[in-house]
Amino acid sequence: MFKSFLIKYGEIGIKGKNRYIFEDALVKQIKHALKKVEGKFEVSKQQGRMYVEVLSEYDYEETIASLQKVFGIVGICPVVHVEDEGFDKLAESVVEYFKEAHPTLDMTFKVNARRARKNYPLDSMQINYSIGEKILQAFPNVKVDVHKPDILLNIEIREKIYIYSQVIPGAGGMPVGTNGKAMLLLSGGIDSPVAGYMVSKRGVKIDAVYFHAPPYTSERAKQKVVDLAKLVAVYSGPIHLHVINFTDIQLYIYEKCPHDELTIIMRRYMMKIAEHIAKETGSLALITGESIGQVASQTLQSLAATNEVCTMPVMRPVISFDKQDIVDIAQRINTFETSILPYEDCCTIFVAKHPVTKPNINIIKRSERNLEEKIEELVATALATDEVIICE
Amino acid sequence: MECYLDNSATTRCFDEVRDIVVSAMTADYGNPSSMHTKGVEAERYIKRAKETIAANMKVNEKELFFTSGGTESNNLAIIGSAMANMRAGKHLITSSIEHPSVLNAMKYLEEQGFRVTYLPVDKDGVILLEALREALCEETILVSVMYVNNEIGSVQPIGEIGTIIKEKNPNTLYHVDAIQAFGKYKIYPKKQNIDMLSVSGHKINGPKGVGICYIGEKVKIKPIMFGGGQQRGMRSGTENVPGAAGIGKAVEISYENLTEKIDRLYELKQYFVDAISKIEGVTINGKIGMESAPHIVSASFEQVRSEVLLHALESRGIYVSAGSACASNKPAVSSVLKAIGVKKELLDSTVRFSLSSETTKEELSYCIEELNNILPKLRLYKRQ
Repeated sequence: MFKSFLIKYGEIGIKGKNRYIFEDALVKQIKHALKKVEGKFEVSKQQGRMYVEVLSEYDYEETIASLQKVFGIVGICPVVHVEDEGFDKLAESVVEYFKEAHPTLDMTFKVNARRARKNYPLDSMQINYSIGEKILQAFPNVKVDVHKPDILLNIEIREKIYIYSQVIPGAGGMPVGTNGKAMLLLSGGIDSPVAGYMVSKRGVKIDAVYFHAPPYTSERAKQKVVDLAKLVAVYSGPIHLHVINFTDIQLYIYEKCPHDELTIIMRRYMMKIAEHIAKETGSLALITGESIGQVASQTLQSLAATNEVCTMPVMRPVISFDKQDIVDIAQRINTFETSILPYEDCCTIFVAKHPVTKPNINIIKRSERNLEEKIEELVATALATDEVIICE
Repeated sequence: MECYLDNSATTRCFDEVRDIVVSAMTADYGNPSSMHTKGVEAERYIKRAKETIAANMKVNEKELFFTSGGTESNNLAIIGSAMANMRAGKHLITSSIEHPSVLNAMKYLEEQGFRVTYLPVDKDGVILLEALREALCEETILVSVMYVNNEIGSVQPIGEIGTIIKEKNPNTLYHVDAIQAFGKYKIYPKKQNIDMLSVSGHKINGPKGVGICYIGEKVKIKPIMFGGGQQRGMRSGTENVPGAAGIGKAVEISYENLTEKIDRLYELKQYFVDAISKIEGVTINGKIGMESAPHIVSASFEQVRSEVLLHALESRGIYVSAGSACASNKPAVSSVLKAIGVKKELLDSTVRFSLSSETTKEELSYCIEELNNILPKLRLYKRQ
C-alpha cells in the first residue's frame, strides 16, 4: 500500500548554512541501512523534505525496522500515492485510505493539504475543507479538531498525490559522521557497547579498541567483542576494532606493583594506549562504559586516577546510570545477550580480593615508578600488535 | 608443530571416509527410498556400511540403525525402551558419571513418572557393583552404563555388569554408551549381554552428524522420531547416506589391526603419563595402565587454571580440553571430577589429553616439553 516514506528529521532542520552537510550525511546513512533490506529504494531530498521512494516489491516491516535504526530520523511516515484523476476520485481514495490506516474511528482529525504543484484547480484551504467534509460524511464518529487533532491527515499535491497520516518514531539523534570520530574502549561487558551506541547517536563515528590477554583470555572472548562491535555497527555504521595484545604489560604490572593497585594501573595504561591509537587514527575523544561506583575501579577517586593519564576528552555517557538502566538499553539495542556470554575479560584475570577503592594519585604514580625500566618498550610492543578488524 | 590431543572431543576424518562421503553427496546423491537407479545406488552405500559394521560387531544388520549421532542414539535407546516397557516397571538405573545425553534423558523420564537410581562410583570412577546389585529390583526395566568415561577414561566392567543384570532379571534391558569406547575395545554385544549400544561417527574418525544405535532383535522399543517410516519405522527421516557411508568406512578402518593399534595407544599413553607425572604438582586422575582407557589422560596441575593452560598450549599448536569448563562469571564444575573426589582446588586445574591412532610419540614428546616450559611461567602469576 505504501509507496514511499517521508523522513522527518528534527534537529537538523534548525541548522543554518551547513544544513546540507547534515542532510547529505542522513541520506548516506539511510542508503547504507537499506542496503540489506529486500527491495529497491531511492533516497531523495525534494523541496526541503526527504523521501525514501520504493521502486520495487519490498518488505514493509524490514524497511521500517532498518529506518528506525538510523540516527537523525525523528519520524517515518509511510506514504500512499494516488494518480491525479480529479478531485472526486481523490476524495474517494482519501476515505479509502482513512478506513485502512485508522480502523478505530472514534477520534479527531485535521486535513493538512500542501500544493507542490500550484496548477491544481483547488487551493490548499479548499482541499482541506472539501476533504474534511467527505471524511465527516463517511465516518459519523470522527470529529474535526484543528488545534489538537489525534490524526493529522496530510495531502500533498505533487506529480502524483501523496497521502500520509501515521508517524512511526525514529531513533532520534544526529546522522553518524556529522560530529567527528571517537575511540570506544570495548571490553565485552554490558556497559561499553551501550556507551558506544549512545555517543554514536549524537552523530559521532565510532572506532573501538579491545585489550586481548592470551592465554588468560580466549579466542572466544575476542570473537565476542567482534560480535558486539558488529551489533553496535548496526546503528553506528562500520567500526574499526583495534585488538591490542595486553598480556605482557599486565604481567609486568603484576610483578612490579602492589596487587591492590593492579586494576587502576592497568586501566591507566589502557587509556594511554587507547589515546595513542585515537590520535593516530583521527579520533577526537575516548568513550568508556564507566558508571560511578559500579566497581572498585569506577569510584570517583578511581575515575579521576584513570582519567589523569590522558588529555583527550573522555566521554562516559552512562556515568550516572544505574545498572538496570544500562541493561534496559543493552536489551533494546540487542547487545545484552552477547554481553553476558561467560568469557573472562582481561580486567578480571588477576583482580585482587580487595582492590583499592580510593586510590591516591601520588601513591599510584610512585608505584608506577617501579615500571620505569621496561614499560615504554612493552607499550611500544603492544602497540605493534594492533590488529584492525572492520566490524559491520 | 601441530599436536591435536583432543580426540575425545572429536577426531580428524580419515581421508578414505572423506572420499566416500563426497561420492555419496555428489555422484550417488539419490534418495534411498526412490524406486529408480539413483535410489538403488544410494541404498547400496547404506547396505555396505551396515554389512561392515555388523560383521565387526558380530551382530545382525537388521539390528543397526543410523542416527544423527551419539546423543540421539542414547536418547533413542533410553527413552524408546523405557516408554515401550513401562508396563513391566518404571525403575531405571544409571551411574552418576554418565554423559549429559544419558543424564538428561533420565531426567526427562523422571518427569514422566519413572524412578531413576544413580549408582555411585569409587575414586577411580568405576561403578560400585554392590550398589548395582542392591538397586536392581523386579521393577527395573533398564540399566544404562557408559563403557569409557569421556572425562577421565575410567572403564566399567561391562561384561560383569551384564551378567549381574541378567542373573537378577533376564528381561531387564542393558544399554551401553560406547561412544568413547568404540574402536578402542572389541565390543560384541551378543557375548556381553548388551541389548542396546550407542556409537558416534566423529569420535572414530568418521563424519559428524551420524551415529549408530545397535538394538538387539528381541528388544521392545518405540521410536522417538516420527515420519515416513524409514529404517523400519525406528528412525524416520531420509537416511543420511553420506554419513552412513562415512561411519561404515570409519568402522572398517578402525577395526583393521585393532589389537596392534590398542597396544600402541597404551604404550603412548604410558610414555605420556610417566613423563607428566615427573612434573611437580601434577596428579593423574583415575587409574592408569590397562585398567583405564587407552586414549584418555586426565591430569590436574596445581596452581594453574585449566583454561589458561589450555590457551597457552594452544598458542604452541597443542590442543587439549579443560577437564572442567569454568569462567569467572559462570562456574560450571565437572560433576565427574567431583564424583571421583578430585580436590576442590584442583577442579579448575584439570586438563584432559586424548589420543587417537594418528597420534605420534613425537607429538607427545613435544607436548611434554612445552608443558615443562609453560607451567613454571604460569605459576608465577596467579590470582591472589
